[in-house]
Order: sequence, then C-alpha cells, then structure tokens
Amino acid sequence: MLLEISDLSIQYPRAASPLLEHISLGFACGEVTALLGPNGCGKTSLLRAISGELDYSGRIHLFGRPQADWYRSQQDHRALARRYGLLAQHSNLNFAFTSREVVQLGLGPGSLSRAEQGERVEHFMQRADVWHLRDRLFPSLSGGEKQRVQLARVLSQLSLADPGDKKILLLDEPTSALDLKHQHEVLALACEVAGDNTAVVAVLHDLNLAARYADRMVMLADGRVQADGTPAELLQPDLVERVYGYRGQLVDMAGYSALL
Amino acid sequence: MEFRLSDKSLLPALIALLLLGSCISLAVGAMTIGWRDVLAGLLQWSWPGILDQDVPEQYALVLGEIRLPRLLLGLIVGGTLGVCGAVMQGMFRNPLAEPGIIGISSGAAVGAGIVLVFGGVLSVWLGTLYEKLQWLLLPTFASFGAIFATWLVYILGDRGRSVVMMLLAGIAISALAGAALGMFAYVATDTALRDMTMWQLGSLSGATWTTVLVSGIIFAISAGLLWARASDLNALLLGESEARHLGVDVVGLKRQIIVLNGIAVGAAVSVSGIIGFVGLVVPHIVRLLRGPDHRYLIPYSALLGGLLLTVADTIARSVFAPAEMPVGIITALLGAPFFLFLLWQQRQQIF
Repeated sequence: MLLEISDLSIQYPRAASPLLEHISLGFACGEVTALLGPNGCGKTSLLRAISGELDYSGRIHLFGRPQADWYRSQQDHRALARRYGLLAQHSNLNFAFTSREVVQLGLGPGSLSRAEQGERVEHFMQRADVWHLRDRLFPSLSGGEKQRVQLARVLSQLSLADPGDKKILLLDEPTSALDLKHQHEVLALACEVAGDNTAVVAVLHDLNLAARYADRMVMLADGRVQADGTPAELLQPDLVERVYGYRGQLVDMAGYSALL
Repeated sequence: MEFRLSDKSLLPALIALLLLGSCISLAVGAMTIGWRDVLAGLLQWSWPGILDQDVPEQYALVLGEIRLPRLLLGLIVGGTLGVCGAVMQGMFRNPLAEPGIIGISSGAAVGAGIVLVFGGVLSVWLGTLYEKLQWLLLPTFASFGAIFATWLVYILGDRGRSVVMMLLAGIAISALAGAALGMFAYVATDTALRDMTMWQLGSLSGATWTTVLVSGIIFAISAGLLWARASDLNALLLGESEARHLGVDVVGLKRQIIVLNGIAVGAAVSVSGIIGFVGLVVPHIVRLLRGPDHRYLIPYSALLGGLLLTVADTIARSVFAPAEMPVGIITALLGAPFFLFLLWQQRQQIF
C-alpha cells in the first residue's frame, strides 16, 4: 500500500462528536479510488489529515513511512513533493501569473533545463486541455479552466519523480467546476496517471461518474466507512439510500449501470 | 496575450533612468551645480588635486559630504522599501500589504524612539561605550519594533487570509505606535523631539557616510537573502498549503521573511523615518511591466524603489529651496491616491 491509514480519528475543537472515527483504509498503486459521501462527511478533512494540515489521532503512512517523518528534514520534504501531489478544491491566486507560469510553478526551480521545462509544461497543459489558455492570465480564467490549469501544475510536479518511483495523487473534487466533456476527460486522465505507478484518490460527488472511472469506491458517512468495494458492489439503491438519504433507481444501459 | 517587457528592454531603461535621476539629484538643490562641475567636484572630493582646473572648494564639499551620501541613502532606503513591499505582498498574498500601511514602519519608529528618548539613561550606564554603540542601537531597536509589528499583523490578519483584518490591525498598530511616540515626545529633550518629528514624516536629511554604510550593508544582506527565496515565494502565492505540497518549508520561509523584512525596514526607518507608499507603488508597477515572478520582482523593485525615492527627494529639496520638505509628504501625495485606486479595484474581493 502506498498510502495507509489506520485507526484514524479526527475531532475538530469544540465539535460535539468526532468527524471521523477509527477509519482504516489503504490505497494501492495503479488504482483510482473514488472517495464519496454526503456533504460535510469529512472527505476533504481526510485529505487534509493525510497532508498533515489537520490534527488527528491514529496512523498515516506515506510510502511505508509515518507521514510526520517526511516533514522532519527539508531534503525529505522535497523528496516527498516529487512523488506526492494534491489538487485542492479551490485556488485563490490573486497575482497576474499566466496559466503557463502557474503550471511552471509545479516544476519549481529544480534541475531541469529551460527547454525541458517548456516541454513538460506544454505536455501537461495539452493533457489537461488548457494549452490554448497558456498566455491568459490565471485570475481571469473561469472556475473550470482554473481547475484544469492547477491539475496540469500538479501533474507536472509529479513528473519530477525518478522513473520507477511510486507516486500518490490526491484530487479534491477535481470535476466540481467542469463541464460534461472535461469531467470525463479529467477522470480518464486520472486513470491514465494511475497506470503510471500512481495511487489516485479522488473525492467525487457524481456516483455514476465515479462508477465509470474508478477501480474502487469508498463511501464515508457518519464518521465511518460505510462501504468499500468495486463500483458494481456499491452502486446499490439500498446502500445509497443509507448513505445519502436518497433512493435512486438502478438503470442498465448498454453495458453501464447508472443510478438515476 | 499578456503584456510583459523583456529584461533586454526593461533593465537598460531602468538603469539609464537611475543614472539620469542620480545626476539630476546631485546637480539640483539649494545650490545648482552644472553637470561639468558635478563631475569635477566629485573627482576633486575623491582625489584632491587630481584635476588641473580649479573647482570651487564649496562644490566638492557639498557634493561629497552632503549630496552624494544623501543620494546613496535615497537609493538604499527606496530599494529597501521596494523590496520589502514586494515581499510583504507575497507573504500576505495581497497587493495592498506595505510596510507603511500595515504598521511595520510605525513599529520600527517606536523601537527607534525608545533609543532616542531613553538613550540618555543608557548613556549614564554605559558611558562612552554608548557613544560608540549608538549607530548600532538605533537600527537594532527599530528592527525589533518592525519584527514585532509584522508578526502581530500577520497573526491578527489570520495569516494573510483576511485583508480586512490585516488593514485594521495595521491601523490599530499605527495608532498604538502614534500614542507611544506622542508619550515619548513629552519626556523627550528638544533635540530628540526634533529627530522624532522628522521621523513621522520621513526625510533623508540625516544622511551621513555612517548611515549610508550601515543601512547599505543591511540592505544588501537582507535583500540578497530574500531574493534567494524568490522561487519559494512564487510557490507561496499559490497558497500556503499548495506551497507546502510543492516542497516549500512554509513555516521557515515565513519566519525568515518576517525577520529579514523587519531588519531591513528597521534599518531604513532608523535613518530616514516613515516614508510611506513606496513599497506599495513600486512592486505594483514592476508587476505590470514584468509580471509577478519574484525572481525579477525583487531586483526590479529595488531599482525602481531607489529611483522613485531619489526623484521624490529631489523634488522635496528643490520645490521650496533653500527650505526643504520632508520627502514622506511627496511619497504620500503620490502614493495615497494610488492606494485608494487599488482599494477601489479590489473592493469586490475585500468584502
């Protein structure tokens, strides 16, 4: 397991009950896992705890090493940054960088030559379908465009890993601001990235989208993991009603199941 | 397509303007000196007797002992304010942050005021040692004041997340500093009082070769160290969490910025007083011309800050010559409307 969480609890100060209680999950290389659950069930908090931005009790291991260990020395911290990326839900960049410059920030001041940097930036901007926006100012982009530019930045960051190194990519609602076409493109891209030695964990709200692209789905609610399995196992009206309080109907169409 | 100037056109243009501004600043003042005499006077002052021709003794003295240190001090203080403005705006992730506006300069002034007013007490204790240490005590105390003020504004402003809180905390700290300085004024001697009034408005008239040397060394070191973190500052603009994910030691970076920025502002304020708005206007112009990348923003802000303050000081010296205005009045006249304009532009984001 590249990312291993055991017995994790999160309690916000002054909250009556813990947000997450004794959660244990492992995420494997090459898999796309969709993290699902109703609003406020702790999906984003889980990602923040994994990143060490939130106090928690329990154990989180990244690449087999306790999470806090990675931040002890600057050298390890930088080494982690090459193999571990997070795409946040919102970005608040007020300064007039162009999209290309934002993506370039993912590569940092590192050891790459200028030409090599330019090539990688173009490559990942093409993959996130934002190359045509390269000279636009980032603050002037729409929400969905910003999200895709940031995705290109995180992907370029992970391209710094040594070949053969295993990687972790966390995506916090990567499709929330996207149009239909780009929702599918971005998740297809996430699957491609997973194929390159990476464990991908994506917080998603659209069950059908998750079922179509994810290898595995995890449903959180009431502080616990309610279900963990393949899309076929989880796309069940009973389970969905228990987690979300909404009963849908399962429809079979051209080989795909969809919950409507 | 975004408008950006290349270094090839921006750097020579800025250096040419800087040289031009410096020459004008040397020539203009209570006594106007022609450009030939400026050169001759400076040479005469540096190596007496190197020239065959006769240069009025007075020219050499005015240029070498008054105008040249003052010009250099203007370049140093302006550069410091430009760099510190740029770096503060990066750390707060907001283009409104500026040492004068958010109370950092006021904090520095209180620190320096403590030395000026209570220096008499210290000198009783330390005797002649105090005389020897005074050039160091002033910037040291001013730096501590500046560091404390920065830290306070940063904490109160919710670590840069809240612009409103940042500006309000700046107002509160400036008010508190004003009260402290006012109280000092009661107990101050006449000389100390005159020095303190000069500070509240900002002036370069106290320039000597010692102040140039001290503030110049502090400026070079702190600006250089800040420049070395330019790439990390760029990452910080994305957000603290994003910067951390990119491998930046965010806590260490912010600590370093607060301390270095405090030391630089403290050194500048201890020799020139509170000169407002240079740190606001300068980085803004550089961003418009060259973009927000700190690798370029920091050095260009140093150059443009120096240029702006030199021009403002030349105006302050010559408008009512032979009397002179505090240069802080000129920078406020230029900068305050600009600040209002920025506020107006940002009004949707602030509230």
